[in-house]
Amino acid sequence: MLKIDNLHANIGEKEILKGLNLEVKAGEVHAIMGPNGAGKSTLSSVLAGRSDYDVTAGTVDFRGKNLLDLSPEDRAREGVFMAFQYPIEIPGVSTTNFLKTAVNEVRKYKGQEPLDAISFLNMMKEKMKLVQIDQALLSRSLNEGFSGGEKKRNEVFQMAMLDPKLAILDETDSGLDIDALRIVANGVNSLKSKDNAFIVVTHYQRLLDYIIPDYVHVLFNGRIVKSGTKELALELEEKGYDWIKEEVALG
Amino acid sequence: MTLDNITQNFKDFGNKNLQIAEQSFHSFSKLGFPTPKNEEWKYTDVSSFVNLDFNWDSASTLTKAQIEAIFIKGLEANNLVFVNGKFKQEFSQILSPSSEVFIQSLDEAVNQNIDLINNYFAKEIDYQNNAFSALNVAFASNGLFIHVPKNTYVQLPIVVYFINDSRTEQVFSQPHNIYVAQEGAEVSISEIFVSEGSQPAFSNHITEISLDRNAKVQYNKVQIETGENYHVGTTQVRQLKDSIFTGTTVTLGGKIVRNNLNILLDDQHCEGNMNGLYLLDNESHVDNHTVADHAKPNSVSNELYKGILSGHSTGVFNGKIFVRQDAQKTQAYQSNKNILLSDTASMNTKPQLEIWADDVKCSHGATSGQLDEQALFYLRARGIGEATAKAMLVMAFAKDVVEKIQLEPLRHHLMDLIETKLQQS
Repeated sequence: MLKIDNLHANIGEKEILKGLNLEVKAGEVHAIMGPNGAGKSTLSSVLAGRSDYDVTAGTVDFRGKNLLDLSPEDRAREGVFMAFQYPIEIPGVSTTNFLKTAVNEVRKYKGQEPLDAISFLNMMKEKMKLVQIDQALLSRSLNEGFSGGEKKRNEVFQMAMLDPKLAILDETDSGLDIDALRIVANGVNSLKSKDNAFIVVTHYQRLLDYIIPDYVHVLFNGRIVKSGTKELALELEEKGYDWIKEEVALG
Repeated sequence: MTLDNITQNFKDFGNKNLQIAEQSFHSFSKLGFPTPKNEEWKYTDVSSFVNLDFNWDSASTLTKAQIEAIFIKGLEANNLVFVNGKFKQEFSQILSPSSEVFIQSLDEAVNQNIDLINNYFAKEIDYQNNAFSALNVAFASNGLFIHVPKNTYVQLPIVVYFINDSRTEQVFSQPHNIYVAQEGAEVSISEIFVSEGSQPAFSNHITEISLDRNAKVQYNKVQIETGENYHVGTTQVRQLKDSIFTGTTVTLGGKIVRNNLNILLDDQHCEGNMNGLYLLDNESHVDNHTVADHAKPNSVSNELYKGILSGHSTGVFNGKIFVRQDAQKTQAYQSNKNILLSDTASMNTKPQLEIWADDVKCSHGATSGQLDEQALFYLRARGIGEATAKAMLVMAFAKDVVEKIQLEPLRHHLMDLIETKLQQS
């Protein structure tokens, strides 16, 4: 589904990603872990198409298309979804109106008719249950005055509505208490299928107690330096990242 | 318009029934039209249009059906119509009973109720220093006199359409309106400026609003002219004790527009609210000058003006707050926020606070910037195209002001116009 090959990316003059490789297949959950400053958020941002980053080398193939050639909206329409670490507050735009526009723009891109109001509301109701999100919250301005947990639940709700092929969860666990974490993880787990894939970017292992990864990768200094299964996450939790840094230093 | 030409017109059309007209004409002759050397007109150059050869008495062939097509859909109201500055009884519909509201054209009111008119006419208008006001007052014979008696609630809104029909010639119109809300009266009055035709048209407009104790007035000024339209307008408001005034000015068109909104809070416990929205494109220039003049203690003024500028448009916001020495415990708040959608648009914003009292709460703030890139990216990352995402953010920005208008059909009409305009730019 996704194949990243030798990806280099800069912010300004500074190189953050330094030859990153990753392959994700349909039905898989990949966790990307790493210390602060390793390039985790950069990777999410580059995949989602944020313009602050310059890709200087490498390719990203997403279901046969060069992802890096696509605008952020076309990436989303092709089925890439990033759950933001810090969801943006947008006064004056209700979540409902925002999602209706988003869902219908994606449908238009795929050559489908727009959803009528009733079908859209039915779809909302069904997906709301997944993340236990309240109707009242969705009528309010997007994320405005939402608690940290409500914002993250809203991200997963949006994911459910847009039904992506590849979802990237960018430090979704940050700022969440354990109950909110469980709700978010349950939402993600119920969306998992053999046809889609998840990249879970996280600093801590605790999210991976709830979203069980098939693979765990350690991102350090702009590259994936170690890959393994979920046991690797536990090892990192126990031992920290220093031993990885030492291993890398030893070459 | 040369002075000779204006003098001749004064002989023909000057208001002979109002003593003040003669004084005002002399004042205009002395002042002449302002140039950018005048601090009050620093950013707004009127020389491009005041010298045009306007017809002061332009006829129009607009039919009743054409006029009715201009009315805001679904808005049940007392509709009053002016064409080229003249009140058109035949196109107007007054639905409210005369016990609720008394509505008369200004010239009729001058003929029949001169004593009443003299109580209100040009009382706070600065025709000694403002040339456009002087010109208007000298000629004032067209306009409306709206009088709401004591403790009366006017159920239906009043909507006044000022239509300039410049399809065949260059039009000049000078309405002068007087709206009076007596003690405890409540009324909603909207002025809607519309144009037909592509030749230049110039409105030099004055509205005076008087709120007696406990009166409530909702006032909307909506400018949806297209093309070569020039507008200089002053809305002068005087408030007495416990009154509430809310004025919302929405400017969606016009080539050069200058709006003065001056509120004199002349008593205790008044509330004066000023909201404004301007959406500018191409070469249009819109200048909003506001004054909240706190003369007495314990009153509150709130001000929120928002602008969206694209193309080569220019905007000006000048917000004055005066707190006189007597006006202790005044609260005065002002905010001006602008979004510049192009590199070639520009905005001049200037808050001006003059405070002589020592126990007051005042704040002001002004911002001008691009659309929030983070918000834009967030919307695009959900599959919303760039143009749509921008429009959504701008609409949300504008809605904040439009929502201050209590008339729902007018709100919808404005949001539709804004959406259409954004799609074009």
